[in-house]
Amino acid sequence: MNLAATPFIAPSIDWFAIAPMLILLGGGLVLLVAASLTPPWPKHLYSLSTIAIAVATIVVVCFQWGRISDTGARIIIGDALAYDHFSMFGIIVVCLALILVSLITDDFVRREGMDGPEIYGLYIMAVIGAIVMIMSNDLIVLFLGLETLSISFYVLAASNRKRAESQEAGIKYFVLGGFSSAFFLYGVALIYGGTGSTNFGRIIASFDFVSLQRSDSMVLVGVALLLIGLSFKVAAAPFHFWAPDVYQGSPTPVTAFFASVGKMAAFAAMLRVLVIALPNWKDDWRPVVWVIAILTLVIGSISAVVQTNVKRMLAYSSISHAGFILIGVEAAGHVGGSSAESRGMPSTMLYLLIYAVLVVGTFAIVSVVGRTGDAATELGSFRGLARQKPLLALALTVFLLAQAGVPLTSGFIAKFGVIQAAVDQRSYALAIVAMVSAVIAAFLYLRILISMWLADPEAGDDTREALRVPASTAIAIGFCVAFTLYVGFNPGWFIGLSETVVNVASSASGG
Amino acid sequence: MTAATFAAEGAAASGFPLLTALVLVPVLGAVLVASMSKRRPEWIKLTAILFSVFTGAISVWMLGSFKTADAGFQLVSKHEWISSWGISWHLGVDGISLFLVVLTGVLFPLAIVGVDPHHDEKPYLAWLLLLEAGVMGSFLSLDLFLFFVFFEIVLVPMYFLIGGWGHGKRIYAATKFFLYTMIGSAFMLVGIAATVLLAKNSLGRVTFDLVELANDSNFAASTARWLFFAFAIAFAVKVPMFPLHTWLPDAHTEAPTAGSVVLAGVMLKLGTYGFLRFGLYLFPQAARNTRAIFLTLAVIGILYGAIAATMQKDLKRLVAYSSIAHLGFIVLGTFAMTSQSISGGVLQMINHGVSTGALFLLVGMIYERRHTREISALKGIQSVAPVFAAAFTLVMLSSIGVPGLNGFVGEFLVLIGSFLTARWWTVVAASGVILAALYLLWAYQRVFHGEPDEDNKSFAELRWKEGMVLLPFIAAIVFCGVYPKPMLDRIQPSVNALISHISDKTGYVEPQPVSTSQEAHP
Repeated sequence: MNLAATPFIAPSIDWFAIAPMLILLGGGLVLLVAASLTPPWPKHLYSLSTIAIAVATIVVVCFQWGRISDTGARIIIGDALAYDHFSMFGIIVVCLALILVSLITDDFVRREGMDGPEIYGLYIMAVIGAIVMIMSNDLIVLFLGLETLSISFYVLAASNRKRAESQEAGIKYFVLGGFSSAFFLYGVALIYGGTGSTNFGRIIASFDFVSLQRSDSMVLVGVALLLIGLSFKVAAAPFHFWAPDVYQGSPTPVTAFFASVGKMAAFAAMLRVLVIALPNWKDDWRPVVWVIAILTLVIGSISAVVQTNVKRMLAYSSISHAGFILIGVEAAGHVGGSSAESRGMPSTMLYLLIYAVLVVGTFAIVSVVGRTGDAATELGSFRGLARQKPLLALALTVFLLAQAGVPLTSGFIAKFGVIQAAVDQRSYALAIVAMVSAVIAAFLYLRILISMWLADPEAGDDTREALRVPASTAIAIGFCVAFTLYVGFNPGWFIGLSETVVNVASSASGG
Repeated sequence: MTAATFAAEGAAASGFPLLTALVLVPVLGAVLVASMSKRRPEWIKLTAILFSVFTGAISVWMLGSFKTADAGFQLVSKHEWISSWGISWHLGVDGISLFLVVLTGVLFPLAIVGVDPHHDEKPYLAWLLLLEAGVMGSFLSLDLFLFFVFFEIVLVPMYFLIGGWGHGKRIYAATKFFLYTMIGSAFMLVGIAATVLLAKNSLGRVTFDLVELANDSNFAASTARWLFFAFAIAFAVKVPMFPLHTWLPDAHTEAPTAGSVVLAGVMLKLGTYGFLRFGLYLFPQAARNTRAIFLTLAVIGILYGAIAATMQKDLKRLVAYSSIAHLGFIVLGTFAMTSQSISGGVLQMINHGVSTGALFLLVGMIYERRHTREISALKGIQSVAPVFAAAFTLVMLSSIGVPGLNGFVGEFLVLIGSFLTARWWTVVAASGVILAALYLLWAYQRVFHGEPDEDNKSFAELRWKEGMVLLPFIAAIVFCGVYPKPMLDRIQPSVNALISHISDKTGYVEPQPVSTSQEAHP
């Protein structure tokens, strides 16, 4: 391993392959610069330009999808990024989430008196970070994406300057997030020390050398630290404590953004690191993921039940969803690498797609019910929603039932996918714990449903500010409901799409 | 007869998907009801009645098209649904599910016509129609995934019906009902996934098709036992079997009358039907090996339900506990695994649906008049409302199982069938028949006999509309009691087919009735 002797050669850059990032970066910068040099734009325009950028990205990704189907997946730019269906699937999910979140942000920022291009700029930067994480084929590159994402997230959490809770959320997220990034970076360093490289391909190739040189323990400590860092990002127990506070304090559309884009990016990174870079150590990390999954499921669902604030409830429910997604990761870990036999990776990615849409829809409604000031998120604020806005209540019912995993909604397909993956690998205990904790979590969704549909009105209900459903938010909610039900009734196409993600760019070829 | 054959030919010739229509018509009705304007409540009610009557008519037409001697699944409709997971829209009906489907088709219009929800009629009717679709789907599904979808989706309308239109502790009861049933389904979902993926080895491909799995799968004995238990928990909660029954008294008591009628009439049968269709059929060996557990729990349920019913102060709660006892007989018959006991069990599912449905309607009528269901607050109704009392008496006697009425036929078949293979369980269970007489007659005596006090003096007599709703129930009670042959003729072939399936798979030999059993039991 005489790495130092290699002379530096600038890698050739496949511009088309990184077009999604370039479009977002260019579009985001233009948006920020142009908006700061011109007087305030007419309403909707910031949001519409963001959506246009995201749509352009998705269109390009669709072309890339076809090209990858024809020519095969590969590693690009000096083995730094993976250009495969896995990446494309992830990019579609984050861009879809960006579109939906922009729709619900549009009216929100005007309602809260914080209209401007900044929040959209930060969204776009965060999405670029997410894409880097999803495509990464090198731990350092992954870390760059992670930091881009995280720093945007910290600012976004604190972006409502008028609310102390938002500031608090930002600071909490920043301190704890910085801590976890440090863990991750330390893990990267130890892996480098143990295997001699941060590149996924070379990490795999180094396995024989590592086991001969007995430097395995250093790698194992590195794997543990990487797991801590990634578990923090996906809000898996016992590294989940930041999530309820941050979810509750952040502006509601931003919370939706964390729960959709943040989860997608972090889980994609987890799959890349664990399944693609470290399949040789799968027997070491898989039991850890198993334990984390069980803890996450149980803690997430049980803590959710005792909450009284809906945003906090949904934060815990997102933790329990993370537990479900971890089941898919664990199942993927049984086979490791990019074996087409595994249901783990497709089910994880399908879950992330479905959950992203579901959670944005849910938080869109929470944002509407939150009213001016974004503060009415106690369970009582939902009382009588069915009488005031029956359609809104119906939409939230669909989302909550889907999150509970009731059949004929997308949530059931997602859950069934990971359960099948776990059962296929004979992880029966995990599957049963997951389903039982889903029942506990169902109680939480029922509580919100009871408040909406069944609770008797109380004094003071009439004096609350009237609910206003802006058109852009209505579009987002409508899309999310349609998607949730369509996938519930006819998931075939989406399952097929998710099954292509196992065609991961072969890391070994980059070594 | 000519009409029946004509219908059969018509269905066969046109290939009209009768069973799919049974599921989709109520859904269509629900959507239509939900989207109608609230200002014309009479139109909404009319639409709901039309759609439920139409569904009932289709189910009766299906009964006509049913080929009596054919044991297999009939009127099958099968389409690809989620092909990458091996899931299909596969519906079919046989003798075991036939009358449950008809019962569902007939019970819903009666419940819709006969009961007034008092408020928010539109969502109430929409939920009821959705519930009908879910129940129909559960009885007709021949695909494990599809069955689970319907089995679970049924919870949602029922939850809202109990929670929105129930009495007293309605929210508590609704939540308890939802979570209990969901816990059971949680195990079944893992069980379904495991069954399908383990059967991949012997089938060579992933399929959720019940018939293929039952015929071609080959599980190791210990594996099959765990899979069977995973299914059994879901069904045991639904039946409900002791000790998983505690949701039932609450749900039944707090539910609106129509909800109770549907819950007792058809929804509990999802559990007993599930045992037959997915327990015994899929895992015959495991069901045989573990039958002692289920027989014992069934007998405990029979005695416990009866004793608990005796002690109830609330008339509706009494009927709820009596359901636990009656369903115990069905489970006993199922796990005794003789052709008589299973046929009796299937018949008893229908009978219980008819009698208990009618009982809940009658208790609902008492509540409408007196706004209480406390037995101690009711007295001497017989002298002020003799026709009402007569109707109550007849339904009650059918529930007790008096010969000549429907309850007797099913119970008797279960008991003589079970005596061959589960003698001592049957001996104990038979005492449940006497206990049923005890709690129902005692309750009747307290509510209807004696001199009416001030509050009960003005108890209104049975109205025409109420009488018309009760009439089909009473007709069914008497008809099935006097002449059950047409029903048994249709049930028997499918039950025999199930028994021979169990024999093929496990080498089980069904003992023959007394005259030839000398060799078998020396």
